[in-house]
Amino acid sequence: MSTPLVMFLVFIAITLGITYWASKRSAGTSAYFAASRRVTGWQNGIAVAGDYMSAASFLGIAGIIAFQGYDGFMYSVGWLVAYLTVLLVVAEPLRNAGRYTMADVLAYRLKPRPVRAMASVSTLTVSTFYMIAQMVGAGVLVSVLLKDSGINYKTAVIGVGILMIVYVVFGGMLATTWVQIIKAILLMAGTFLLSILVLAHFRFSFGDFFNAIGHVTYHEKGQEVVKDFLQPGLRFKPPYGALDLISLGLALIFGTAGLPHILVRFYTVPDAKTARSSVVWAMALIGSFYIMTTFLGFGAATIVGRDFISTHGGTNMSAPLLAQALAGNIFFAFISSIAFATILAVVAGLTISASTSFAHDLWTNVIHKGVERKAGEEVLVARVSAFVVGAVAITIAILLGPTANVAFLVGLAFAVAASANLPVIVLSIFWRRFNTVGAVTGLAVGLLASIGLILISPSIMAIDPPTLTGAARHLIQAKAIFPLENPGILSIPLGFAGAIVGTLLSHEPTSEHKFNELLVRSNTGLGAERAGAL
Amino acid sequence: MDSAQTAEVGRFQAQQSEWDRIAGTQEFKDLMATKKVFIVPAFVFFIVYYFLLPVLVGYAPQFMATKVIGVVNLAYLFALSQFFMAWTIAWLYVKAAGDFDKLAKDIIEKAESRAQAPAQIPSQTSKEVAR
Repeated sequence: MSTPLVMFLVFIAITLGITYWASKRSAGTSAYFAASRRVTGWQNGIAVAGDYMSAASFLGIAGIIAFQGYDGFMYSVGWLVAYLTVLLVVAEPLRNAGRYTMADVLAYRLKPRPVRAMASVSTLTVSTFYMIAQMVGAGVLVSVLLKDSGINYKTAVIGVGILMIVYVVFGGMLATTWVQIIKAILLMAGTFLLSILVLAHFRFSFGDFFNAIGHVTYHEKGQEVVKDFLQPGLRFKPPYGALDLISLGLALIFGTAGLPHILVRFYTVPDAKTARSSVVWAMALIGSFYIMTTFLGFGAATIVGRDFISTHGGTNMSAPLLAQALAGNIFFAFISSIAFATILAVVAGLTISASTSFAHDLWTNVIHKGVERKAGEEVLVARVSAFVVGAVAITIAILLGPTANVAFLVGLAFAVAASANLPVIVLSIFWRRFNTVGAVTGLAVGLLASIGLILISPSIMAIDPPTLTGAARHLIQAKAIFPLENPGILSIPLGFAGAIVGTLLSHEPTSEHKFNELLVRSNTGLGAERAGAL
Repeated sequence: MDSAQTAEVGRFQAQQSEWDRIAGTQEFKDLMATKKVFIVPAFVFFIVYYFLLPVLVGYAPQFMATKVIGVVNLAYLFALSQFFMAWTIAWLYVKAAGDFDKLAKDIIEKAESRAQAPAQIPSQTSKEVAR
């Protein structure tokens, strides 16, 4: 057996042990969906970080910085600063007023059924897109790493899918939380080691390191070029680069606070104060991690080089290849298995938020009008839907195949979260006049605008040369109608506008009357859900 | 449905008039004012500070490429400063939120003791209010 395979198996064994332990403790609805609300601040903080630092951040960011330098670092910045929106605006009100899902907060003063139905559609959309992207990533990564062990893309996707179904179906939120925590600690440790090794390579001289970044050599169209990788503009080029950069910033800053798998984490802690401290813990970890992407990305650019990475698995392999160059095959296997753990944990977090929304919002509250007919039914439905969500993600990931362009799926998840979810959460907490029609139109407009704009953006529409074949080709062979890759700059205002116009065109006195209740609850924590017994 | 909706949430239950009363108290108004004094400026500051980065990088790339220390330019230093800006605001917020917690605790204790007072029991039974 190859070293990576052994390391993968060790990680899988540990997490399955945790799932078994958690399955013995996850009795009852609050235990299954919210780990009995007994997760502590630092634990939840690490788990939030674990949920957030996906394959896109570890493998993706290292790759973008390795290939496009400074512009890639812009993602790192936005991904941390976004947590200020979570901290200042949504975390505490959500914990105070909600129960298991984002829709709980909306359902307070609005008509629960239409609002929950729409919120659930948007939650499932965000989670599914995000999940498929992770699954395709996992399949590619695992099949490249374990090629010697005879594991191909399809086997890898099925393996990852089955594991995540097991975590979620049997272990619930408690097991998912601990998988996140272990993964986050491994990821931080691996990134830290890698950063130290990069610095050691430059004999711990920041001067030498940055000088090397200033003169990165690689080949472009057969010509040798030397570029200053600290210079902006390698990725975001005129005429639309500046707007795209702002649009990306908007999607990150406002999208994070609308990501369902991040929001559900705040229901696992005992109170709003702990929710706050968990955001701060998460910010400490996430911030340190993204600062270290400087070493990962620029390290790969200077030590490994673009030319080598291009011919050895492409941009996403930058971080593992850097590990190999610095400390050999064992470290390469270690970093690769961390990437694998990263993907598994994120996929499990997405699955539990999707299945919770389906069971709690759609099944119990929309179809059965807020009454759980039998004790334990909601958990049963969630388990079944986790299984279905997993099966659907496996199937789509296999159908899309290893060469699918998945970057836009993650972009889409952030754009939908920012354009559909965030406006209605914010308006519901802060605007007395806000009502059901506004929430439904806001969610619908935000959802359609972000998906629609991505469909006509350069991610989907472009004219490829005839030499480019297979799934790497753009889906629509025509000039893009919308010039930006990130729709946020237009779709977020549209989401807000949809919510505001819908509200102003209708009248709903109960929503205005009940505003005081939500205001008092969300700001004081009076009557908030308490931690349950284990 | 409304009763099912209310019954599923939380331990503290109260009718509409009680929520309105609490929202109208001086303590609650003080809490909201204290929160606003911190959160609004902090939010505006971080949004402006953050979006200066993509705006400057996008529209003034030559200026941002100005080298400050060796090869390290303004663009990288400004991006790096964002991390410390975020951490500082988070730290300040946690300090300020200690005050919010004190004010909120006061409001919760008063509301819960009112709900437990014998005089309140009749109104608890006539729970269904016109909605």
